[in-house]
Amino acid sequence: MTGEPRADGRDGRDGRGGLRRAGDAVSTFFYRRQRLYLWLLLVPPLLWFGVVFLGALIALVWQSTYTFNDFTMQVTPDLTVANYKALLASVNLDIVIRTVAMAIAVTIACVILGFPLAYYMARYTRGTARGLFYLGVMLPMWASYIVKAYAWTMILSQGGIIYWVADHTGLRPVLDWLLTLPYVGGSSLTTSNLGRLMVFTYAWLPFMILPIQAAIERVPPKLLEASADLGARPLQTFRTVLLPLAFPGVVAGSIFTFSLTLGDYIIPQLVGPPGLYIGTMVNLQQGSVGNLPMAAAFTAVPILIIAVYLAIARRLGAFDAL
Amino acid sequence: MRSEGPANAAPPASPAPGKRAARRRRAHRPDGSPRAPWPLRIAAWCGLLFLHVPIVLLVMYAFNTEESAFSFPPKGFTLRWFAAAAARDDVVAAIKLSVKVALAATAGALVLGTLAALAMARRTFFGKDLITLTFILPIALPGIITGIALASVFRLAHVTPSFWTIAIGHTTFCVVVIYNNVVARLRRLPPSMIEAAMDLGASGLTAFRTVVLPQLATALLAGGLLAFGLSFDELIVTTFTAGSEQTLPIWLLNQLGRPRAVPVTNVVAMVVMLMTALPILAAWWLTRGTEDASGSGK
Amino acid sequence: MSHAVELRDVSRHFGDVRAVDRVSLAIEDGEFFSMLGPSGSGKTTCLRLIGGFELPTSGEILLHGAAATDLPPYERDVNTVFQDYALFPHLSVLDNVAYGLRMKGVGRAERRQKAEAALEQVALGGFGGRHPGQLSGGQRQRVALARALVNRPRVLLLDEPLGALDLKLREQMQVELKGLQRKLGITFIYVTHDQGEALSMSDRVAVFNQGRVEQVDRPRDLYARPRTTFVAGFVGTANVLSGEAAKRIARTERAVSIRPEHIRLGAPGPGQLGVSGRVIDVQFHGPTSRYEIDADGARLAVMTANQGGDADAGRPAPGDAVELAWSPEAMIELEGTAPP
Repeated sequence: MTGEPRADGRDGRDGRGGLRRAGDAVSTFFYRRQRLYLWLLLVPPLLWFGVVFLGALIALVWQSTYTFNDFTMQVTPDLTVANYKALLASVNLDIVIRTVAMAIAVTIACVILGFPLAYYMARYTRGTARGLFYLGVMLPMWASYIVKAYAWTMILSQGGIIYWVADHTGLRPVLDWLLTLPYVGGSSLTTSNLGRLMVFTYAWLPFMILPIQAAIERVPPKLLEASADLGARPLQTFRTVLLPLAFPGVVAGSIFTFSLTLGDYIIPQLVGPPGLYIGTMVNLQQGSVGNLPMAAAFTAVPILIIAVYLAIARRLGAFDAL
Repeated sequence: MRSEGPANAAPPASPAPGKRAARRRRAHRPDGSPRAPWPLRIAAWCGLLFLHVPIVLLVMYAFNTEESAFSFPPKGFTLRWFAAAAARDDVVAAIKLSVKVALAATAGALVLGTLAALAMARRTFFGKDLITLTFILPIALPGIITGIALASVFRLAHVTPSFWTIAIGHTTFCVVVIYNNVVARLRRLPPSMIEAAMDLGASGLTAFRTVVLPQLATALLAGGLLAFGLSFDELIVTTFTAGSEQTLPIWLLNQLGRPRAVPVTNVVAMVVMLMTALPILAAWWLTRGTEDASGSGK
Repeated sequence: MSHAVELRDVSRHFGDVRAVDRVSLAIEDGEFFSMLGPSGSGKTTCLRLIGGFELPTSGEILLHGAAATDLPPYERDVNTVFQDYALFPHLSVLDNVAYGLRMKGVGRAERRQKAEAALEQVALGGFGGRHPGQLSGGQRQRVALARALVNRPRVLLLDEPLGALDLKLREQMQVELKGLQRKLGITFIYVTHDQGEALSMSDRVAVFNQGRVEQVDRPRDLYARPRTTFVAGFVGTANVLSGEAAKRIARTERAVSIRPEHIRLGAPGPGQLGVSGRVIDVQFHGPTSRYEIDADGARLAVMTANQGGDADAGRPAPGDAVELAWSPEAMIELEGTAPP
């Protein structure tokens, strides 16, 4: 072996240890077989996700075709579309409509509250100030979901801050009037859709703000300067240049508010008038009732809605704004 | 600037050009960057306030002396609820479980997420988008769907719910967090650096160990902290994958129907918030200098 | 005696794209060898094949007579200076330079010493404690050089190392690199798209075009005797006349190239060829001036030395009619390919 000219110019002896040499041999093996290396890296995560997670999802959807015997409370693998037919029954349809309506309301509320903040952050803050704002929006997002829900039950309660502020600023009559409105009101804030809307909005607001802020940030300031140069007043520039470019961000944020509301079952239980949501229905069916097929059928609804929404959103460019 | 000229000079274009100039000056900060119009500023700060007031209130209530702590304004300041919380076995057990699960999930996600990121960061191949979508699904789908899906898998495999089922569930949605962070960092690593290491005598493995890993360190740490926070706070998927065990969020959920235990619940709520927020803060601080100039969403 | 680097019929395909198309080269020990061509011509891919960062689709690569076709980079006695320097940001300058020695298993004291010496060699002595982020572009370039040279490779690959530097620094570095190569006696393989750089520094130059090597020659020969229209146009400026224009103006069937400095403004003398035309543009280049002439349908460039002062006052201006003249010996016959 020694004596022949070697391409590496060495004589085979050097200061590397045995383990290193073994590692080097493995590396050289893969150097010549790049694709094998790629697949080896991917196998563990793919195994996990492909088998465990995707498999579970498929199993779930598959289960929605099973039969549930009301008398014996047993699930049998007899394939049927009865579950999906049941979905169309008016009582179930009500659940779907109720949930979707709230999802839309929450999305709108989040946009109203979130857009000014996102716009301000993206266009008028810089450096440390921007970092602090970013933190200010991110932190509530990560502050525990259940804690936030809990905090709001305190805020909305009769002895809580909202009632206190309403009493002390003379706005109590306004509050009472709001509570008499159909669909929106209820006997008290904690049992009204208004209250429920506030909690939902609070929970998902950061998810709306961040994509909008990112989308606005991505608009090169030169574009706005060009618009002004061509004679547009600030409001016109905002309407004709910035808003269309920020819109994908709004859509991206709405994906979150929509899908999160469609699947939630805890907030509807804690706050608001009685009336099932898709999430609470699913939870009910799979839990105490044990009717997993029906629960699975119900989950198909948000999956479908979100899939359609995602397809539209992608067309509108929201994926680039994520 | 007012034009002061002879009688045959054209009159000023507007009644008070000096005022207009002054307004334009006020619209800019001393460093020349534009200042926001005040309605926008008010709206923005309203939004920020809306986000933070409930949290502030929560913290306030944790120190409240009053037992029916829903009342506003709070009556006094005390620390005794902290002691009471610490004395309760179920609270302590829940904290321990949450920490253990979070650590396990973070570890699992680190391994799986890094492997996937290494494979996919720079390559395009058939099915790459599909794989990325699969990673995102657990976090993108409503928690209830992920929860039921995992529960049914465990049921089918005749696995009884335990610590491990919770941990597996958490790992599944934590992977994407690590994956995103590591991919983002790897994308900023020029391939020439790894080639340079190999050119200088390092095999692929050694190059990874001596050149790539040190630069991934912050991304891994930040991702790990994020995953920890995410796992600690998780509720919905956990309710489906836990048996009789209680993580801290589950404990809180059960407490929500018990008005008498309110003060202790306040304290625990605040603790959960800190345990979630602090790692997130740390993760943000670690990665803050490294975002690209164009800004990033996630 | 074997060549330092030999490529035998080497190809590298990326799907349908032939980045390197059946290239054969023999590079000698101690040579300063440049690979010149426009972007996408395959010169960088060729370099990467020699370095081991790509595997050839076909063909053989030999280093000092030994087969190296599928050897990974860490087993080739070749070091590279990368275009973006590729310094390790998490290591100090000294640790960067010593990295190769560390991989070989050299002890800490010895490798620190050698690294210091290498830094001295590139005029960066004492910079060892800094980090790459604290250095200027030119300094980083030198560190990359030191990091490669400290390993005493027999072949050094340089991938457009001066591309990111400004003109003055580039010229200075060219002189330094050439001096370094002479002193060390290492084979330098230098990739560039700048023909001036290649001509001034190299012992031999290979001109690449679309994955193939069109000509390998010494700089003078490359300039005086380009073999194809591409080489004629890429190395120096050339007036290339082909087809109809060649027949009409140059009275020849084949494509020819005439260097701008070989054309004179004025009527043709005895034995010379000529053509009349109109001045389109005049550019002042300091020591020379360049005239764009429209002559009988062809665009010709003429370069004249500036004498300075009144002698230049009578020169033609844009729009003037002129006569051009050149000797038949100044015309170089070309083969094949379209001009760049």
